[in-house]
Amino acid sequence: MSGALALPWTGARRGERVAFVLLLALVGLLALVPIARLAQEAIAPHGVFDPAVFAGVLESPTVWRAARNTIVVAIGGTALSLALGTSFALLVTLTDIRAKKALVFSFMMPLMIAPQVTALAWINLLGPNSTLLRAVGLAPAPGSPHPLYGAAGIALLLGIEQAPVVFLAVRAGLRALPRDLVEAAQASGARPWRIVGTIVLPLAMPSVAAGAMLAFVGCIGNFGIPAFLGIPAGFTVLVTLIYQRLAGFGTGVLSEVAALSLLLALIALGGLLLNGWLGRRKDVRVAALATAAPAWSLGRARPIAEGVCWFALFFVLALPFAALAATALVPAIGVALGPKTATLANFHFVLFDYAATRRAFLNSASLAAGAAVVLVMLSVPLGYSLAGRPPGVRQVVGFVAELPYALPGVVLAIAMILCLLRPLPIVGFSLYSTIWIILVAYLSRFLLLALRPVTNALRQIDPSLDEAARMSGARFARRVATVIMPMIAPSAVAGGMLVFMMAFNELTVSALLWSAGSETVGVVLFSLEQAGDAVSAAAVAVIAVLVTLALMLIANAFASRTARGVLPWQP
Amino acid sequence: MAALTIEGVAKRFGAVAALDDVSLTVADGEFVAVLGPSGCGKSTLLRVIAGFERPERGSVSFGERIVSNGALHVAPEDRQIGMVFQSYALWPHMTVAENIGYPLRVRKLAARDVGREVDAALAAVGLTGYAERRPAQLSGGQRQRVALARCLAMKARIVLLDEPLANLDVHLRARMLAEIAAFRELSKATLIYVTHDQAEALGVADRVAVMSGGRIRQVAPPAALYRTPQDGVVSRFVGPGAVARGQVTQTFANGHSTVALFGREWEVRSAPGQTAGDVEVCIRPEDLAIVGEGRGFAARVARVLYQGGRSVVEASPAADPETTLSLSVDSGTATGIGRTVHLALVDGWVIPE
Repeated sequence: MSGALALPWTGARRGERVAFVLLLALVGLLALVPIARLAQEAIAPHGVFDPAVFAGVLESPTVWRAARNTIVVAIGGTALSLALGTSFALLVTLTDIRAKKALVFSFMMPLMIAPQVTALAWINLLGPNSTLLRAVGLAPAPGSPHPLYGAAGIALLLGIEQAPVVFLAVRAGLRALPRDLVEAAQASGARPWRIVGTIVLPLAMPSVAAGAMLAFVGCIGNFGIPAFLGIPAGFTVLVTLIYQRLAGFGTGVLSEVAALSLLLALIALGGLLLNGWLGRRKDVRVAALATAAPAWSLGRARPIAEGVCWFALFFVLALPFAALAATALVPAIGVALGPKTATLANFHFVLFDYAATRRAFLNSASLAAGAAVVLVMLSVPLGYSLAGRPPGVRQVVGFVAELPYALPGVVLAIAMILCLLRPLPIVGFSLYSTIWIILVAYLSRFLLLALRPVTNALRQIDPSLDEAARMSGARFARRVATVIMPMIAPSAVAGGMLVFMMAFNELTVSALLWSAGSETVGVVLFSLEQAGDAVSAAAVAVIAVLVTLALMLIANAFASRTARGVLPWQP
Repeated sequence: MAALTIEGVAKRFGAVAALDDVSLTVADGEFVAVLGPSGCGKSTLLRVIAGFERPERGSVSFGERIVSNGALHVAPEDRQIGMVFQSYALWPHMTVAENIGYPLRVRKLAARDVGREVDAALAAVGLTGYAERRPAQLSGGQRQRVALARCLAMKARIVLLDEPLANLDVHLRARMLAEIAAFRELSKATLIYVTHDQAEALGVADRVAVMSGGRIRQVAPPAALYRTPQDGVVSRFVGPGAVARGQVTQTFANGHSTVALFGREWEVRSAPGQTAGDVEVCIRPEDLAIVGEGRGFAARVARVLYQGGRSVVEASPAADPETTLSLSVDSGTATGIGRTVHLALVDGWVIPE
């Protein structure tokens, strides 16, 4: 017997088959159609195959330079995230290091905090205008270039941001490691280091490689970091090139940016397919007995390991955000932070006085809440009716739902513009340049975040609980409402909170889709920084961090009732 | 009238035939056990009756009403039959009372009536006072009683039980088996009980259907199944004993035959119309007796299993060392391993075909 809920095609009533087809059509519309439209625009702009635009894009030296930059920073970021994520995963899963919960929570923070906020924090930490460094007299000379601008800085921050992705993948692999294989090595007389090198890492290699691929795709698609650290230095990657082209020339260059996006999507897709292939290879090993990994005693090295971890977290997490907070608390750049100068005026300004930021908080909160509610309501029936389908159907739907999340956000944004620029059929008006196009794009981009916790939770439910409800006479809608929903509610809500968190902090998609009146928090942060209003930008960023942190802590409150693996920062 | 009629049902999973031309008729109020080793298709048969699996061929009817055939398949939620799952399938977010009342609420019974039915069902299974508990606060035996109460409250005419004792401790099983029998008295429902444990099947059912390889081998009351198995598979699977090869030399009108076995001739039971020739003979432990030298056949004792007052002796006839016979003897008379005993066949059964 498989662990999945049994809902065979044949046992299903007609009504729920119709519901399933409608749900599938909706997923197709949200996820597949825009990307297909993008591919069509890139290689067949007028409905007939015409490689001229795509070929023209490939001939441009600017594009080649951006593509090379993209791959260089992505490789640098991936290498760093691999080193950080793998060693942290080994430390947390295999040793008796203390305060694992707090360590994992802190380590996951860079992934949960928006990349543009992280970038801004680091800019505030290390730049000539650093309030913090000035206080201790270490700031670079005024007018000197920012040390983080350019490839190295971008790769550093990408590596820190993607390290949690590698950590999650490697930890999953280590947890699936059959314990007896490790014990057999111990019985053979091997010391821990040797076991890690000869048994643990070789067996976990598919997970490590899968984590690396995910990190690579994440690095390629990141907008916030290269936008803040690359654009001011004239260092262009594909994502920022697409943004600049579209922002500079408007929708007239859609075919060209579609071709650029396709190029970007193909690089990312290569990574994704490789990841899927590695994931399938990994499954063979997961089939073995699930185990509790051994907890090796670090002995006298434990305080040292803990010290290194906490010092690293202090440096990459606490210091930049302290710098950010310091900037948000001074009345103007250049003013030293002290008891007399500290002020909350910047917060007051961005929350109440300045119309654009006030509107942005409202917009982002509404968009995030709307996306979370709609996606949770969609995911529960979708996940439930998927649970009983043949594995092939589940895999295809899972892959389709993953596309808009895994592909770079600019690709999705361009695809959405292509789909929604012209007036919609039937209703007769265009969603473009309204806030609704952002909502549609969020529904597409974050569907996976809502769906995955639901399918995870459903997989952990005994199928006979659903069958017993059917024997009691309960139909599809009733079973969802009275049996399935109450059991998976904590996981579904946690998924909704993930959606809210990601959507609230989102920049990549909205940077291309916003219009006057529909700014998001990410967009105003970007505009304020570009306009040189560093103190207001810092205040907006601090609020965004506090919202994220608060949501993570709230989600933690019912973490014990969610399915395992729903909240990524849970140990 | 038959409560349940299954005719020529077939179901494949990939290349495996889970059900292969299965037919079974169950009378109203009857208790039928479906017995077979794991993978024999018994669970699939239960899921076909429940409606979770759709048969590829054949039909299923409840009374006069066809619920599955080539053209039609009534969904499980519209079949109005009860089911006790191996895991009991109690919803963890509902109280005991809510679990039991769920089928009634689904059928839009008034809240007052639901309460009354739930109380009656709880009283019937001896769980009055447990209404507000959660399933997690109950013991295994109590959970099974709640699952039974749920079937009782919904007044299901057919109740399917899927290995309901498999998750219980050994010492609880006998008690729960008695409760299932009491449930049957109370509900007057038709019961289909799937199990791989022959003691459960033979102990409580009116009739037992033995399945193997996706086919029903024999359907008969427990005693008939034990005394007159219709083929070698049933004979080996149900009850202790051995199957030995011999020849029917003579048949009698009274349902007896003479068989040549282990170098002598014996009179044993056989089906009417049994013809002479090579046959298999089912020999139960009580069909054998230890006799003096010269009156039986010699056999070498291979194992002695002490079981308190009596011991099981396993012995191989000198004339057919491949066969292992077993018989039960008083522990005081049990002999040692490697010794030779002389055995006589006082009864036996010629397996038809």
